[in-house]
Amino acid sequence: MTEETAEKKEAQETKRVVHTYPLIRHSDMAEEMRVEAMELCVTACEKFSSNNEVAAKMIKETMDKKFGASWHVVVGEGFGFEITHEVKNLLYMFFAGTMAICLWKCS
Amino acid sequence: MPAKGNPKGRATSDAASSTGRPARSKRFSVAGRPLFTKDDDNATEMGDGHDDDWTQPKSLVKPDDQLQLTEAELKEEFTRILTANNPHAPQNIVRYNFKDCQFKQISSVDQLAIHFALDGNMIHKESDEARRQMARGAQADANEQASEKAEGEKPADEDGEKEGEKEADVPEDGGVTPAPGASAGGSDKKLTNQFNYSERASQTYNNPHRERGCATEPPPRATFAGSITQWEIYDAYQEDFEKQEKNKDKKVVAGRKDEESKRKKLTVVDNQSDDITRVATAAKIVERMVNQNTFEDVALDFKYYEDQSDEYRDQEGTLLPLWKFSHEKAKKLAVTSLCWSPKFMDFFVVGHGSYDFLKQNQGLIQFCSLKNPSYPEYIFQTDSGVMSLDFHAEQPYLVCVGFYDGSVGVFNVVENKTGPIFMSTAKTGKHTDPVWQVRWQKEDLDYNLNFYSVSTDGRVSSWTLIKNELHHYDVIRLQLDDVPAEGPDGTVIDTLGGGTAFDFHKEKDYLFLVGTEEGMIYVCSKAYSSTFLDKFAAHHMAVYRVAWNTFHPQIYMTCSADWTVKIWDRTNSKKEPVFTFDLNSAVGDVAWAPYSSTVFAAVTADGKCHVFDLNVNKYEPICDQLVTPKKKTKLTHIAFNPKYPVIVVGDDRGYVTSLKLSPNLRKMPKEKKGQEQMKPAEKEAQRREFEIAKMDKLLAMVRQQDKNQPT
Repeated sequence: MTEETAEKKEAQETKRVVHTYPLIRHSDMAEEMRVEAMELCVTACEKFSSNNEVAAKMIKETMDKKFGASWHVVVGEGFGFEITHEVKNLLYMFFAGTMAICLWKCS
Repeated sequence: MPAKGNPKGRATSDAASSTGRPARSKRFSVAGRPLFTKDDDNATEMGDGHDDDWTQPKSLVKPDDQLQLTEAELKEEFTRILTANNPHAPQNIVRYNFKDCQFKQISSVDQLAIHFALDGNMIHKESDEARRQMARGAQADANEQASEKAEGEKPADEDGEKEGEKEADVPEDGGVTPAPGASAGGSDKKLTNQFNYSERASQTYNNPHRERGCATEPPPRATFAGSITQWEIYDAYQEDFEKQEKNKDKKVVAGRKDEESKRKKLTVVDNQSDDITRVATAAKIVERMVNQNTFEDVALDFKYYEDQSDEYRDQEGTLLPLWKFSHEKAKKLAVTSLCWSPKFMDFFVVGHGSYDFLKQNQGLIQFCSLKNPSYPEYIFQTDSGVMSLDFHAEQPYLVCVGFYDGSVGVFNVVENKTGPIFMSTAKTGKHTDPVWQVRWQKEDLDYNLNFYSVSTDGRVSSWTLIKNELHHYDVIRLQLDDVPAEGPDGTVIDTLGGGTAFDFHKEKDYLFLVGTEEGMIYVCSKAYSSTFLDKFAAHHMAVYRVAWNTFHPQIYMTCSADWTVKIWDRTNSKKEPVFTFDLNSAVGDVAWAPYSSTVFAAVTADGKCHVFDLNVNKYEPICDQLVTPKKKTKLTHIAFNPKYPVIVVGDDRGYVTSLKLSPNLRKMPKEKKGQEQMKPAEKEAQRREFEIAKMDKLLAMVRQQDKNQPT
């Protein structure tokens, strides 16, 4: 009996674990670009963890510099979207358990 | 203008002389110089006379017709006044005067007469223009100019004698000299217009500006939509987390190889079975290739072997065993029916069941191909023994089947189903006894497929496939007697004959025959459900098969357990068979050959196959061959291939053997002359006629015999 309860506790604990790693939900980017964009999003969100606007701005500007103009970024905890993006230029990911980042290019 | 002065002066002198004595003045009016020369010539001639006299002779030369005038006359003075009037000018020109309304003489007449005009390009030496030109010439090439000038002056000195004339010439030369100098300078350096001169190279057209546009294809775009909430993010993370956990587990499992190896093997086996279905077609091809290799000699026999010994055997023929078909599941199930596919000449279906009432088991339907004798193409297992089946003529993937338990069903070969697509049940009027024969019919008026079945419960039923159901009605009930039997307790029961076989007339759609367990033959029509066209006792025991002749419309054949095969003529009113053959064993099946009206084959319970050709021998079979390896094995069924000279026979142990007919067993009429050019349809018709005639001839012969020997 005691073992069972211990197991249950363990299970509950695992559920309570706060996931902080970035989780890519959808992306059609090339591998290289995706990794870079993901890392950029992570650094931006960590740097401006309290200000999503600034984080989004940083992501956008860096992406514009690296991959050419007209990137759009949404950073937030709850939103809906319907976007048109250039193919192979979309990244939709979660981060830090509560944050969602949608990054796409459309010029 | 001194240059112009000369001609004018001459003109005036002319005018003057013309006014005076014309003849003389003309002489003198010619320029003085030629006159001088003439004088010189005369003087030299004259001088010849006086050689030593060097002095110039001074003698007057007179024309021959000169008037001899006296001194007084010579001294007489003539006063002549020269006027500027033109003597040739008309004096009497009139012109109409509008003022006075009459013609009036014009007072002023033009006195000017121009005899010669020449425009010069000289300019006066003293003029500004001349001075300017000279200055420019001097600047351009002073040296050349200087030398030219020197040359120009020398001849002028030489001509010094005639100064009077030279004086007039000098200004002329002076005026001219700068001109060639200027022209020479011009040839080296071209004079240019100073006001609107433009270089030749710059005198090209400037093309007008034009605009051309072209758009590149925009980069491909896609739309993407989603919504984010906290719980969605949470779920996504949770899912991902679980996946990761699983992966971890798997890795652990892979680590523990030894323990899990058995279970793994099982899963591998499962996977393999899946793989086989994936490569089914390829596997089938390989299987056929292997079969083709292993049974190559049989295949060659099938195609090319003809029994050479037939020539010496006179009339008899042989059967060459080819492939043998067997299946593990069919080992102890008797072959209860055989049917060739109407479309694929190598394809036939075998029904397996049991004829033993006490040993009923499950049934089996095998679809076999001559191309693959080792394993059937399709297999259907059934709960009840299969007793009969038939291929649909137009939709050869449909097979109707009659079962031992009285039900009928329809199987579809191409549909990947393990069971029937239609099945009759007790509720939908299935037979209560085994269904001994089924046969597809023409589509009904609504184009529904339908088939007939006959059973020992005394009914002949029609089954129609409507949507997913079988609808039935009884076509006829095989009443034994006209009066129903009466039981001891007063109940009345129709005694019904147990139908065991039927066959439909090839041409008359409505006509069909039914054979019964009691040995009766019923001639029935689809149009009447209560009465029979005819009914008579044909055999002493159960009739196993009724079959209309392939060609002749009046001939049919029956076989029975009473060891006999009988051939009947429908027109014969005596109800007596035309031929009777006793085969010394129960005859399981008979079949007419598809290529001749007089050839048929029968299989008997003693394992023999008998082939008859009535045209060759009316009393004995032309082939009588033991087909089964063991004496005890009973042959149950036979079927002719519709195209090739091959029959298949089935026995009660579940084997099906294919046999090739030797040439003697399939004698065809020789092709007549001119037949080769005929169309296939005509050829066919002619062949039919020939076959019918052959049978008719045979019948006539038999009747003749009957008359001669009345019993």
